[in-house]
Amino acid sequence: MLMNSQDVRPLPGQPLPGFAVPVHDSQRVFRGILDAMAHPGKIVELTDLPDAPKALNKASVAVCLALVDFETPLWADDAISAQAQAVTHIQFHCGCPITTAPEKARFALLSQGTDLTSLKAFCHGTDERPDLSTTVIVQAEGFGGGEDVRLSGPGIKTETTLSITGVGTGFWQAVRDNAQRFPRGVDLMICTDEAIVCLPRTIEVED
Amino acid sequence: MIHTTHNETASPKGIDAHVAARQRWMGLLARADAKALEKAWAELEDKPAYVVLRTPETGMVMVRARTGGEGQQFNFGEMSVTRCVVRTDTGHQGHAYIAGRNKTHATIAAVLDALLQVPERHEALDADILEPIRYRLNLQDNETADKVAATRVDFFTLVRGDD
Repeated sequence: MLMNSQDVRPLPGQPLPGFAVPVHDSQRVFRGILDAMAHPGKIVELTDLPDAPKALNKASVAVCLALVDFETPLWADDAISAQAQAVTHIQFHCGCPITTAPEKARFALLSQGTDLTSLKAFCHGTDERPDLSTTVIVQAEGFGGGEDVRLSGPGIKTETTLSITGVGTGFWQAVRDNAQRFPRGVDLMICTDEAIVCLPRTIEVED
Repeated sequence: MIHTTHNETASPKGIDAHVAARQRWMGLLARADAKALEKAWAELEDKPAYVVLRTPETGMVMVRARTGGEGQQFNFGEMSVTRCVVRTDTGHQGHAYIAGRNKTHATIAAVLDALLQVPERHEALDADILEPIRYRLNLQDNETADKVAATRVDFFTLVRGDD
């Protein structure tokens, strides 16, 4: 009785469809995020994700839809904030406040190619409450095919290798600096269109 | 510095006339009988293509109330509400919030909300869809009023002779 069409094009600034089955899809993505956070450096594939607006990729949108809500202010960098549709899409589906103060953000969205120079500005938590820190969602092009970096630390039995394409040159140095602040610091979630990798503050990047 | 603005279309509450009109038709669609609305939708010609932006989902909202319409607000109780958002091929977004758990009702109400925003279609839709809803709601109101009236008790005091 009801018609549905994929040919309905959005006007600029209008949100795109979110999860098709909100409960199951967000649970599935959440499970993927848990797996990725528990095994830093492991590539966790996320399938059947909804389309992403310009300036965002599918996994980063899915992570936002699964984790961000009205209690978690979101900060987005200039390239993303400039895209009205990207901001509207996230706000429409998550109902989250958008903040311009990085230190007040619980989640942050960074564009592809970022070198993480902005990492210092986020909330790093306190020694008593390290959990208050910002979780930073970094968008990348893909995993593999670049220069391998050896990783170790909690959640990795011996060591693992990872390469990320589509991040800035200062990326790994920034990850190292972030780990130095332990127990304070931010947790990184690297997102592409199909997969996520988590690099929490416990990660050790070998030279 | 004091800013004064004057808006011709503003209603006394400061709500835009278009917004007020849309609130009225969204309210009608929400209070429509689900079966009747489904039938009216099935009979509607020239249905638009649409995508569902927010799939129909049921949740709870807290209803706030005041005793006798005044005094402090308090939490009266929770009710289940189903909401849905669609975008039609005309580029309009339709929203619906309805009481209960009927997802079909919410979807139809959302699509009709989008369609009612199209100026060329508004009048015909108002006559075909909204008018029957208004009629039925009025009928219900009158029925309730009649039932109440039938059991009404007039309290009055007899005038006592003073002499």
